[in-house]
Amino acid sequence: MPSRRAVLALLGAVAIPLPAFAQAKPRVVVVGGGFGGATCARALHRAGIAVTLVEPNPAYTACPFSNAVVAGLRELDGQVFGYDGLKREDVIVVQDRAVGVETGAVVLAGGGRLPFDRLVLAPGIDVVFGALPGYDEPVAERMPHAWKAGPQTVLLRDKLRAMPDGGMVVMSVPANPYRCPPGPYERASLIAHYLKTHKPRCKLLVLDAKDSFSKQKLFQQAWAELYPGLLEWVPLSAGGKVTGVEGDALVTDFQRVTADVANVIPPQRAGAIAAAAGAADRSGWCPIDPVTFESRQRPGVHVIGDAAIAGAMPKSAFAANGQAKVCAAAVVALLRGAAPDPPKLINTCYSLVAPDYGISIAGVYRAAEGRLVDVEGAGGTSPPDAARSVRAQEAAYAEAWFRTITGAVFG
Amino acid sequence: MRRLLPAAVLVLLSAGAAAAPPGAEACSGCHPATRAEGAPPPLAGQPADDIAAAMQDFRTGQRPATVMDRIAKGFTDEEIRAIAVWVARAQ
Repeated sequence: MPSRRAVLALLGAVAIPLPAFAQAKPRVVVVGGGFGGATCARALHRAGIAVTLVEPNPAYTACPFSNAVVAGLRELDGQVFGYDGLKREDVIVVQDRAVGVETGAVVLAGGGRLPFDRLVLAPGIDVVFGALPGYDEPVAERMPHAWKAGPQTVLLRDKLRAMPDGGMVVMSVPANPYRCPPGPYERASLIAHYLKTHKPRCKLLVLDAKDSFSKQKLFQQAWAELYPGLLEWVPLSAGGKVTGVEGDALVTDFQRVTADVANVIPPQRAGAIAAAAGAADRSGWCPIDPVTFESRQRPGVHVIGDAAIAGAMPKSAFAANGQAKVCAAAVVALLRGAAPDPPKLINTCYSLVAPDYGISIAGVYRAAEGRLVDVEGAGGTSPPDAARSVRAQEAAYAEAWFRTITGAVFG
Repeated sequence: MRRLLPAAVLVLLSAGAAAAPPGAEACSGCHPATRAEGAPPPLAGQPADDIAAAMQDFRTGQRPATVMDRIAKGFTDEEIRAIAVWVARAQ
């Protein structure tokens, strides 16, 4: 049964005029209930703002650690987080899809309107079907992208499980920018781990539209040590860029590779509401002010997480969580008529190359000349020559990080 | 177009917790509120002096680390002090 507040929110959504007392608190609508949106909604609520979180799904399925689901090391259930924690704190959660932004109000697919004083968009990514010729939604059922966690993740796992030993797995990795820069390489590692453990006569070919990638040295070192002869990475300069999909094959300028299991990670852009709100530029992503995360294109609308062009910050759950807190503080300051403080942001990303072998990259960021830049001398990756005990420690920290952040965001 | 809010609302907004100094809110991305298996230690309730000293030692490399050395290098003495005081008090 919906709470009284949820009912009030729905009444508000069908545009019944609000009584004067309901206007006492400034209203902020947050669109998207992932690591960025759920964090921002909670932070704003705790600061005394009347927040409404709009999210079409009844629960969030987290991407970090979903590669472990693909490799059969975890169940998808462990990736799913509901909104009861937010509702318990009286954050209003409206289960609907935001489809448009008018002046001062979000338009919902269900027909309602949610008025706001400021709006935060945290829509994550959309896969751009058609950007890779031949790769559309029906094809994604045969060749899963699994780049949004959920049914696609399970589909890829099941295809790997059903494949006979001796089969060929092919991954296609896009050019930058995309969600989770080291994600494709973690996935390649864990798929290789699965194959090595269960189907050792299989091969994994990683076709890449880039010549370099996040934590590259560490990944390649680990691949040489753990998966020699099993995992082959083909960079752009060696003809790795996939230019299209035909039947069961991935096509490059130089070859046509038939896959027993194909994982196509396609080009991406900000979630659809970003473009509908006029916050996305021609790149498909959203330019923002690095102090407030306010859109450069649509005043009063803030964009956080994967959808934003956040300069040196990667599109990661950790980054979205940190940006959400900075954005919430800035929104509170702006509603107060105060100047937001220049932020310092951090990112820490762990990748697993095997269940007990973790590596990390960290960064510290500040606003300078209109963008988020690296703080010089800080950040970087795990050392290249660390002992296996250090890798095991980082794998344990990776799991602890996931439990901590999901507990803080959704618990 | 900036919408200004009535005075009563401003009082309400400012009644929240003291604003976090730059960077401080990122700590809870990894450090849990209470002790947890496998996770780095909780920060709230620890003496601010100890947190600041640990950050300084991570920065110089005196204290072994996995990621904290790389993170601590991004902060000045003043920033470390402000963060330590805030996270020591945070909920």
